[in-house]
Amino acid sequence: MGSITLDHVTKSFGAVTIIPDISLDIRDGEFVVFVGPSGCGKSTLLRLIAGLEDVSGGKIMIDGADVTNAHPAQRKLSMVFQSYALYPHMSVRGNIAFPLKMEGASKEKIDEAVGNAAAILNLTDYLDRKPRQLSGGQRQRVAIGRAIVRQPKAFLFDEPLSNLDAALRVAMRLEISELHKKLGTTMIYVTHDQVEAMTMADKIVVLNAGRIEQYGTPLELYSKPANRFVAGFIGSPKMNFIEGAEAARFGAHAIGVRPEHFTVSQEAGSWKGVVGVAEHLGSDTFLYVKSESGDQLTVRTSGEIPVRSGETVHLTPMDGRVYRFDAQGHAIAG
Amino acid sequence: MATAQTQTAARLMMAPAVVLLLGWMLIPLSLTLWFSFQRYNLLMPGQEFFTGFDNYRYFLSHPNFWSALANTLILVGGVLTITIIGGTLLALLLDQPIFGQGIVRLLVIAPFFVMPTVSALVWKNMLMHPVNGLFSWIARVFVVQPIDWFAQAPMFSIIVIVAWQWLPFATLIILTALQSLDEEQKEAAGMDGAGPFPLFFYIILPHLARAITVVILIQTIFLLSIFAEILVTTNGGPGVATTNLTFLIYMQSLLQFDVGLASAGGIVAVILANIVAIFLLRIVGKNLEA
Repeated sequence: MGSITLDHVTKSFGAVTIIPDISLDIRDGEFVVFVGPSGCGKSTLLRLIAGLEDVSGGKIMIDGADVTNAHPAQRKLSMVFQSYALYPHMSVRGNIAFPLKMEGASKEKIDEAVGNAAAILNLTDYLDRKPRQLSGGQRQRVAIGRAIVRQPKAFLFDEPLSNLDAALRVAMRLEISELHKKLGTTMIYVTHDQVEAMTMADKIVVLNAGRIEQYGTPLELYSKPANRFVAGFIGSPKMNFIEGAEAARFGAHAIGVRPEHFTVSQEAGSWKGVVGVAEHLGSDTFLYVKSESGDQLTVRTSGEIPVRSGETVHLTPMDGRVYRFDAQGHAIAG
Repeated sequence: MATAQTQTAARLMMAPAVVLLLGWMLIPLSLTLWFSFQRYNLLMPGQEFFTGFDNYRYFLSHPNFWSALANTLILVGGVLTITIIGGTLLALLLDQPIFGQGIVRLLVIAPFFVMPTVSALVWKNMLMHPVNGLFSWIARVFVVQPIDWFAQAPMFSIIVIVAWQWLPFATLIILTALQSLDEEQKEAAGMDGAGPFPLFFYIILPHLARAITVVILIQTIFLLSIFAEILVTTNGGPGVATTNLTFLIYMQSLLQFDVGLASAGGIVAVILANIVAIFLLRIVGKNLEA
């Protein structure tokens, strides 16, 4: 019970237009990630859906009902904020119970719901602590708990993991994914981290300057990027772009090859280059190669390749893994 | 940097300030303490002698002592109530984006810059005067018998005057606290379904608790020794209706020239202030812990 439809939504603050025109369909139960560089309007879009900002134009529908002018609480959505926005003077129990208390639920119902949420999130031992006595990950879980108890139509996450350290981020990422499997509720998740987007999403919305660049499953975005922006944004390390004469040979303004789509040889290949830096990670080796045509190429290859800095290598792109783009940056099919 | 040398140097550097502060506080306090045990009347020079606790006995059994004590507490309590409630409401109002915000804030703060005697005189002669005052004029416009404020409701009038002076202070501190409230917390509460009143009582008020505590503590210290407003308006009257401890001590020392008795009163006031402070810290001080 939580399909969300945006119909030609626009948003401007005074003379500054953040979102020129966005239409989007999110189906019930989907995990959708909004991803994009900072300032691309992804958080604004989330706040528009939440009702924390008024739209300048267009319509927002939840389960087919027009909620464009509805108060945030009436939309039956829950939000997890970047700062968690826990109520510092309330215990964990008080925080999680707050939405139900505002609904006027009975004491027994609140206790039961809080107990359930705490059990799901491993917070049972911390119910009587104050937020300041909790670690970052625990606070995050309290914020999620507060979102769960309302049994919302959809969860909205606004960069929820950006305040956590790397190890915890990976763990929380898994927990949120598992939570989605368990609850089956629609989730919209905003992040600037494409790894988070790729690992968690059913579908990804890539945003740039307030426009949707592409909307699709993670693998669609990886294997069939609609344009140069998406191609460069999705995948790590970034895709290599080559312009000029080399690109013209492929009949394109620019070509792109992902670092993992090169075959490296020390004898022969399409492009010759000198290794600047070689990073041996064990599982992988990253080579930063300066090609003869002057392009800086990143290459990802298997761990055991015995190539060192200063040596000459030959690179060949794998068949069908060369992406071609026209002068406007659009992908050329085929 | 906490070597022995730097510690010694730090102590030397601080010494002048500490000595000055100690002298400033301790000398008057010990002199008062000394006088409070002396039979010392300015009308009978050269006849001072040690009397033990006689001054305290006389002061505590003074017919006006208990009423002065009650007046002091009523004054403090009344002003605190008005300034805290009024200050919170004003702060909420000033936190809204309104036209001419800067000017409005300046106007709200202005009474704090007016000295106590002046503001009391303004209230006495321009506002509360039974013949020429603004309030009596308003009363006559509505054909109502004007109230002679200082005769009919003397303590209330004093409370209003003092509250008017301290309202800006309370407003300012509470407004600052209000502006430090995380916007996302308010948004989260909004999404959780909290309307304006639950938002105020569950989120905003607990956030303001610490600021309100500070306001209560600081104001109490100053309000226990209110004097100028009483002197220029009611002179402690009618009868002893507005005589607080400070004013009672003033009458003993400067109207009856009994320095010993007044000093004993001063010490009693100091002890009272400490008792109030201890109670306040017990009740509201826990808000100050992080």
